Amino acid sequence: MTAASTSRPLPPPRRMSRKQRRLMLIAAAGAVLCVAAGLVLFAMRDTIVFFYGPTEITEKGLQPGTRMRLGGLVENGSVERGPGQRVSFAVTDGKTTVRVAYEGLLPDLFREGQGVVTEGVLEGAGRFKADSVLAKHDETYMPREVADALKKQGHWQPGAQKPGQ
Amino acid sequence: MIVEIGHFALALALGVAVVQALVPLWGVSRQDTALASVGPAAAITCFLLVAVSFAALVSAYVRSDFSVETVVANSHSTQPLIYKFTSVWGNHEGSMLLWVLILTLFGALVALARNSLPMRLRAGTLAAQGVVTVAFLAFVLLTSNPFARLDPPPADGQDLNPILQDLGLAIHPPLLYVGYVGFSITYAFAVAALIDGRIDAVWARAVRPWTLIAWVFLTLGIAMGSYWAYYELGWGGWWFWDPVENASLMPWLAGTALIHSTVVMEKRDALKVWTILLAILTFSLSLLGTFIVRSGVLTSVHSFASDPGRGLFILGILVFFVGGSLALFAWRAPLLRQGGLFAPVSRESALVINNLFIATACATVFIGTLYPLVLEMLTGDKISVGPPFFNATFVPVLVPLLLLLPVGQTLAWKRGDLLGAGQRVLAAFILGILAALALIAFSRGGPVLAPLGVGLGVFLVASAVFDIGERVAGRASGVQAMFSRAVGLPRSAWGTAFAHAGVGLSVIGIAAAAWSTETIGVLKVGESMSSGRYTITLDSIAPRSGPNFRAEVARFKLAAGDRELGILEASKRVYTARAMPTTEAGIRTDGLSQAYVALGDPQPDGGIAVRFYDKPLILLVWLGAVVMAFGGGLSLTDRRFRLAAPRRAQPRAIVQPAE
Repeated sequence: MTAASTSRPLPPPRRMSRKQRRLMLIAAAGAVLCVAAGLVLFAMRDTIVFFYGPTEITEKGLQPGTRMRLGGLVENGSVERGPGQRVSFAVTDGKTTVRVAYEGLLPDLFREGQGVVTEGVLEGAGRFKADSVLAKHDETYMPREVADALKKQGHWQPGAQKPGQ
Repeated sequence: MIVEIGHFALALALGVAVVQALVPLWGVSRQDTALASVGPAAAITCFLLVAVSFAALVSAYVRSDFSVETVVANSHSTQPLIYKFTSVWGNHEGSMLLWVLILTLFGALVALARNSLPMRLRAGTLAAQGVVTVAFLAFVLLTSNPFARLDPPPADGQDLNPILQDLGLAIHPPLLYVGYVGFSITYAFAVAALIDGRIDAVWARAVRPWTLIAWVFLTLGIAMGSYWAYYELGWGGWWFWDPVENASLMPWLAGTALIHSTVVMEKRDALKVWTILLAILTFSLSLLGTFIVRSGVLTSVHSFASDPGRGLFILGILVFFVGGSLALFAWRAPLLRQGGLFAPVSRESALVINNLFIATACATVFIGTLYPLVLEMLTGDKISVGPPFFNATFVPVLVPLLLLLPVGQTLAWKRGDLLGAGQRVLAAFILGILAALALIAFSRGGPVLAPLGVGLGVFLVASAVFDIGERVAGRASGVQAMFSRAVGLPRSAWGTAFAHAGVGLSVIGIAAAAWSTETIGVLKVGESMSSGRYTITLDSIAPRSGPNFRAEVARFKLAAGDRELGILEASKRVYTARAMPTTEAGIRTDGLSQAYVALGDPQPDGGIAVRFYDKPLILLVWLGAVVMAFGGGLSLTDRRFRLAAPRRAQPRAIVQPAE
């Protein structure tokens, strides 16, 4: 009495059994999911960016040319502004320091002594060319990766980053 | 005193919510009508108590009562009144109270809705909603009490985060929360159906308006959030595939699938088990979103400082509701009577394909968002998954769906005619191709995919217009007849057309982003720079002061070729209480396009760094979302939801003892 009977007017040759229809649906779903899974795996290979702290770069022996995210504290007194939009600063985790070159506008909450996450390419020993500096909405917000990187080097006290007025 | 009343009302609400969660089900199981009907009264009482509590908090903020901890942390006496008011939910504690307020509001609305619902379904729904309310009230009271006092009170507050001192805060969170939380009702309906072991077209018809309401608000909330980020952050970007953004996109996608699958269930009594699962998943994704946003486990550009303890509590809530409902689903779903099957070429099959693609797209977003978390737990590696991943996975899944959408839209129920449907969309398809070809010819050497994207958008809009036009014009017979036919068409048909046209508009806006240009440079007074079609000339830089900030305002003369477009102002503000800078972009709307200027740092040589964008057709991105939401709203006014007629809809199901 269900839909099977309402669709009775269909000519017999085109009619599929319940099982066949269900199989077709499963096959269609399977195909779409397989394509999607393929896309995901393929994309995972070369669109993912790893995050490292300054010390990890030497520890893991990363090669120049590696695309990565670098995070840590902006070292006090390290920000140098060049001509135009060029700026360079040092990112530190208390043990190792990496010099970051960046061309572009810095986010509003970029400050010396505060946490920062940048994305770009490792250029060589202790040098990094950033193409983006991640913004944040809140002065007390510390990206978790940065907090972890600092903790590893034993330079992190929770609450040490309260707005310093 | 008012503050204590607020706190006390909240605690009382928790007690009432416990009653709402337990008593109706107990009544149903004992066949006791009196007990079973406690639900509505409890839901309404619970809402009133939370409303009192919320009003008390609002009053504390508006009066700048600095003996309350959250007011001190998030408000300042010099703030304009509107921001004192919006500060209420501009922080964790208050926003969770807003969340609970909306949760109980939905419970009360279900209790008050005209009673076409079977008693057992209503009791079950209110009980399930009660359990969710208990969990979140407990969360607010135990971990995020907005009423905590501070002794002695400081002289003034620490000000609201300046980024939030914007009208966007007044609009975005409430819209988004109504969307997120609205899906709790569909979840509650699904749980009730599982407990009852019975589901039919009555259920689908009862759930659909709630799903639509939640979806409309979520659509507007996401669009508003995107526009807010666009103008407030000063990067000219409007979607970053950031975890916090994905957190709202996932329930939206699942909700979109749910809207379409409930139609199938209502019309054809099929897809029952899937619809139930989808209803559970949609709210689960809302909860997941809350967890991601509130716990800070994923690094996001939209994150605020957070407390890990609270994240753990929400994780507990998440595990309980997702795990509990899925376990219930596994146990009870086999009891649900399977619906009918249908022909491979039919409206219902098209909607199945829609669900398949949307669910897959949602899954890719889910994987991209949570993979970093899983990988870190397994290997300790920290990674970020950004736009390239989603461009390579989400977009390829979505494009076929959008290409098929116009065809599905014209197919008939039960038995469609693929050839006929193809012919009907042919005109729109040709129009889309022509648009793409014209753009390719016009912008030779420009981006390759963008013209195709615009063509796809044109195809979507045109097919929606033609489809509704055909139904209105029919066999052409004069304006009068057409008008009466237009009025006579079901509102849901209009809603579908608008929503699908909205998708097309957004697609055009998104594709056109490929032609946007960015120029970064340093300007001194009198100097000019160009970006795309626009040119700005720096006219002056002057300080200005606001109620609680100081600003450097740069005035630019804007021109497009020879066309003078007037003065554009962009500024850098420093909010005095927190000494925190913000960038206020200068934006001029020119048709559907925008010229966008954001200031950078002052240069040693007296110039100022400037970021200048030409954003062609950018407004379509959000306008499309608004049109989509309008379509959803139109569907909501459809006659069949206003008439309490579920009985008529399913005469057979009632005559036949189906179980």
